[in-house]
Amino acid sequence: MTVKSELTSLTLADARDALARGETTSVELTEAYLAAIESARSLNAFVTETPEQAIDMARASDARRAAGTVGAMEGLPLGIKDLFCTRDVLSTASSHILDGFQPPYESTVTTNLWNAGAVMLGKLNMDEFAMGSSNETSHYGPVANPWRPEGDNRTYVPGGSSGGSASSVAAEIVIAATGTDTGGSIRQPASFTGIVGAKPTYGRCSRFGVVAFASSLDQAGPMTRTVRDAAIMLGSMVGFDPMDSTSVDMPVPNFESALTGDVRGMRIGIPAEYRIDDMPEEIETLWKQGEAWLKDAGAEIVPISLPHTKYALPAYYIVAPAEASSNLARYDGMRFGLRVDGGDLTETYEKTRAAGFGAEVQRRIMIGTYVLSAGYYDAYYLKAQKVRTLIGQDFEQAFGQVDAILTPTAPSAAFAAGEKSGDPIAMYLNDVFTVPASMAGLPGISVPAGLSAEGMPLGLQILAPAFDEMTMFRVAGVLEGAAEFTARPKKWWLS
Amino acid sequence: MSLDKDTVRRVAKLARIEVAEDRLEALGQELNQIIGFVEQLDEVDTSAVEPMTSVAKQKLRWRADKVTSGGQADKVTANAPASDMNFFVVPKVVE
Repeated sequence: MTVKSELTSLTLADARDALARGETTSVELTEAYLAAIESARSLNAFVTETPEQAIDMARASDARRAAGTVGAMEGLPLGIKDLFCTRDVLSTASSHILDGFQPPYESTVTTNLWNAGAVMLGKLNMDEFAMGSSNETSHYGPVANPWRPEGDNRTYVPGGSSGGSASSVAAEIVIAATGTDTGGSIRQPASFTGIVGAKPTYGRCSRFGVVAFASSLDQAGPMTRTVRDAAIMLGSMVGFDPMDSTSVDMPVPNFESALTGDVRGMRIGIPAEYRIDDMPEEIETLWKQGEAWLKDAGAEIVPISLPHTKYALPAYYIVAPAEASSNLARYDGMRFGLRVDGGDLTETYEKTRAAGFGAEVQRRIMIGTYVLSAGYYDAYYLKAQKVRTLIGQDFEQAFGQVDAILTPTAPSAAFAAGEKSGDPIAMYLNDVFTVPASMAGLPGISVPAGLSAEGMPLGLQILAPAFDEMTMFRVAGVLEGAAEFTARPKKWWLS
Repeated sequence: MSLDKDTVRRVAKLARIEVAEDRLEALGQELNQIIGFVEQLDEVDTSAVEPMTSVAKQKLRWRADKVTSGGQADKVTANAPASDMNFFVVPKVVE
């Protein structure tokens, strides 16, 4: 038997293999994680812990294993972002307006994970309705990054919106977590916390039962400690679902088999337009280093151009709020969640939504309402949709020349809490390197690649053509191997 | 384009979000900052470009028009702030 502190430092792949060899059990693994969660409450990574359900699921998993039935995620304890509806378990999207909401149904992605044998540890904190890049907009309070610079006792943000997912994976209080990515909400927090975060192609993961933010962009994905873990977990999340009209009916390859460690002869694009003004030198240096690693591994480095890159973020801040204003119209205090009574129906709506939505969500609903309102639709929304076509064409042309694209994941390392919360635009710029692929629906992965001068993690991003996650994982695996990122945060929350 | 106080009041009304009169000005400034940022798109010539309506290059599927999961009124209303006999209870709408 392995001792408990060693159990929580196992990767998902290693824990899977240890379970298969009978060296540990799902109950033992789950108990180790539940103890770790309890010791790390100061991170505020969870909205809801489900220890009893976790032990029940772990027992059932051990029983299945004893009976000879073993799923791809058998017995592995996960954290679930609170954007996924989980049957009879509080599901809040970290919003006050979903107070007390216990869905009578389960999201398809989590259903798939439970069918593969996984165990749920609880629901993870996030930016309210996934709107944010620092996990500071949650109704349940900000999440702390397990990382902080040596000698600095301030709280650092874990990125967002999947901040609880990122923080809990990095702190080793879950073996892996689900995230969702609308404009970078998996990849940017992965970069900020030194973990791997993968967003598959739009259409791979069903959106059924995932609280909607911007429906044409939202995609679920895995947040894990290694590229292999992400490949394993993604395989158990994806698949055709008739309940989501944009779910794609395509065969699902064995993502883990993409990790050949061989990128010889592959062409890796370096987009000139990602070299933005005011980019910190250490980001530029890391990017060059990534280039060198892939070149040393036998890949060919090809300079490319994605001319409309700078317009992706402004187009995103029309499309995403427009879709959000429409999706969030359902929160009216009538069918679920919070109701604040007013003098009449309209006043009840207005008071409910004023009390139930936080400042950033209100801002985005109003931007969305404005750009869709009579007389402005063509100038903003239609314009943004046309720019989106151009962004998609940029990538199509690039992928005519290269197999994958290498960029930094974020323009900085994690920052201290409160540093950017007063300036929406400064906050939005966090997603400058992740938003373009979201607008084009392409798969992307962030791989931890180095540390900033202050000792904070930095990630590099690999983008691949639509439905070519195999190439994404293959290149990411080589990058991870070359980067040898072994640094871990000091567990200050234990003292 | 910039949002004046009246426009912010109108947008808040459309969005069904109560905004206090003394918050309209500050909120307008926040929204203007974002609108100013997105107006960079005016630099892009899109005269010959079709708008993107879906990243997934596929036709939406047809399905038979039939009930697939009906008969669950109790579950549908279980989360309502107010419900009675499987109905949602809402403020009076018609006089």
